[in-house]
Amino acid sequence: MISWLARRVAVSILLVFVLISAVFFIVRLAPGDPLDQVVEQEFGTDSMDQMRRQLGLDESLSRQYVKWLVASFRGDFGTSLRQQRSVGSIIGEALPATLLLTVTAYLLHLLLAFGAALVSADRSRRTLDQGIQGVGLTLYSLPAFWLGLMLIMLLSRKLGWFPAGGMHAPDARFLDRGAWLVDLLHHLALPVATLALGSFMGTARHLRTSLAEVLDQDYILSARARGLSARRVLFNHALRNALLPVITLVGLSLPFLLGGAVVVEVVFGWPGMGRVAIEAIWARDYPVIMGTTLISALTVVAGSLLADILYRWADPRVRLSSQEAR
Amino acid sequence: MTPTRPNDHFARALKGRWWLDARLRPGLAVTLGLGLVAIMAPLLAPGDPAALGAAADRLAAPSSGHLLGTDLLGRDVLTRLVHGSRVSLLVGWVSVLVAILLGTGVGLAAGLGPRWLDRLLMNVTDAFLAFPRIFLILLLVSLTTPSLLLVMTVLGLTGWMSVARLVRAEALSLRERDFVAAARGLGLSAPRVAFIHVLPNLLPTVIVAATLRVGGAILAESFLSFLGLGAQEPMVSWGAMIQQGRDYLLEGWWLTTFPGLAIALTVLGYNLLGEGLREKLDPRSSREGRDG
Repeated sequence: MISWLARRVAVSILLVFVLISAVFFIVRLAPGDPLDQVVEQEFGTDSMDQMRRQLGLDESLSRQYVKWLVASFRGDFGTSLRQQRSVGSIIGEALPATLLLTVTAYLLHLLLAFGAALVSADRSRRTLDQGIQGVGLTLYSLPAFWLGLMLIMLLSRKLGWFPAGGMHAPDARFLDRGAWLVDLLHHLALPVATLALGSFMGTARHLRTSLAEVLDQDYILSARARGLSARRVLFNHALRNALLPVITLVGLSLPFLLGGAVVVEVVFGWPGMGRVAIEAIWARDYPVIMGTTLISALTVVAGSLLADILYRWADPRVRLSSQEAR
Repeated sequence: MTPTRPNDHFARALKGRWWLDARLRPGLAVTLGLGLVAIMAPLLAPGDPAALGAAADRLAAPSSGHLLGTDLLGRDVLTRLVHGSRVSLLVGWVSVLVAILLGTGVGLAAGLGPRWLDRLLMNVTDAFLAFPRIFLILLLVSLTTPSLLLVMTVLGLTGWMSVARLVRAEALSLRERDFVAAARGLGLSAPRVAFIHVLPNLLPTVIVAATLRVGGAILAESFLSFLGLGAQEPMVSWGAMIQQGRDYLLEGWWLTTFPGLAIALTVLGYNLLGEGLREKLDPRSSREGRDG
């Protein structure tokens, strides 16, 4: 277990390293640089060259790369070219916003997915099950940004029940703690609903298949034969085993959730990582692009590592079979 | 001289009037209908979708003259929707084709090739998977001038990983089968074994995966166009239409609502078709969905 873990962690670190190195070169080899936004006539070619020198953009790619690597190792991601602030503080502000959004959305996503799957396990509720399947697949087929816009249109602009965007009301800093929290949740509702409603069917279908397979097993039959209640069989015997394949899915959902957050943050003006990343890409703000890339790659790789560990811990069979297979 | 193929199921499924199968009907109806609309767009909606309308016609609500209303420049929304279907379907199909070709190639090489190649290719696949896809797409698409060709290429190049994994897993199990062992034993070359003996048996998996991916590709294209990174004017695209209506959510609700419904219908059609095909061609599996 320990040697497996060590190897797995080493591979993960290597993976992140290769990824961000690739992004480093892709971004810099592409036409255009951060000064493109500055009108050249206004400054003249000379001062443009001077600005490039100051930013270290005139050095060779390999030198820029080595410099960047050394600085990153020290935990220094540089200063945003556009905002004149350290990348660390920009990310430090945006990351909690994204985490709040994605974690809340994922909890709702799981809740809906489990609800849908449990209904499908109950064979007496065929019609309800089919209804949920239909609605879920339709929601799954909607463009998330459009679903967000529709919610804003109906629930915010038309009915005025929710704010149309942002994370806090303009006067939030003057509110007391309780009111501040209510205001935050109020702003959180629509983005979270957009993210969770559009995606839960993916997990629900996996869970449904997995649950159906488990319910066919002999030990379920024997549990039923012993006279246990249907509820007890479902929760204590079936659901536990049906969860195994889903653990992997949780790890794999991370990139997907981060991607969804990009969409939702753009539509709702949520001040998170996705918006920071997109704005940085627009402005060719190299240090910020690298910083956000590193954080998202780390999150994703850590997520799949965690899923692997959980899976091995939960299912002893994997340990044996994976040793033979690969 | 070829020993019996294990995949009679596939052949049987395609025999007879398979298109009348109840599981395939809804998906087939929607996708074929939309395909026809895209092909016959100039006939169905004559006139230039980019031509400006009369000044009095700007931002007109749906009426008998303009069934789905007009946009800010007085252009008929229905005409633009009909023409916009071409961009969505083109991007959906081409990018998925690229992804499928790449993924199948990588998967076959990994599943049938030597062990070191398998390890190398699967590590590359994992590296690609370990990245929020939309992020990579945005990064690549925003680097040069936006164009449809770029969108299709980037979506294809970032969408092959799960296909590669599927194909590899299937190829690994097929290589243990007698008919593949026999083909190898006869001294057939590796490409011949891969393409003549293994690939045909992978087709159901690949077809299902492709169909389920078209919807995802269309969603991704619409988001890119929404951000202004996809098709450029005067080309019509549903995502860009939604963007144009974004500032008029209440006064011009038809501008955002209808293009979104068009995207939803298209994607739902392909998802239904994919689900139907999966149940029909590949009854034992419902393991793999599509990636974000």
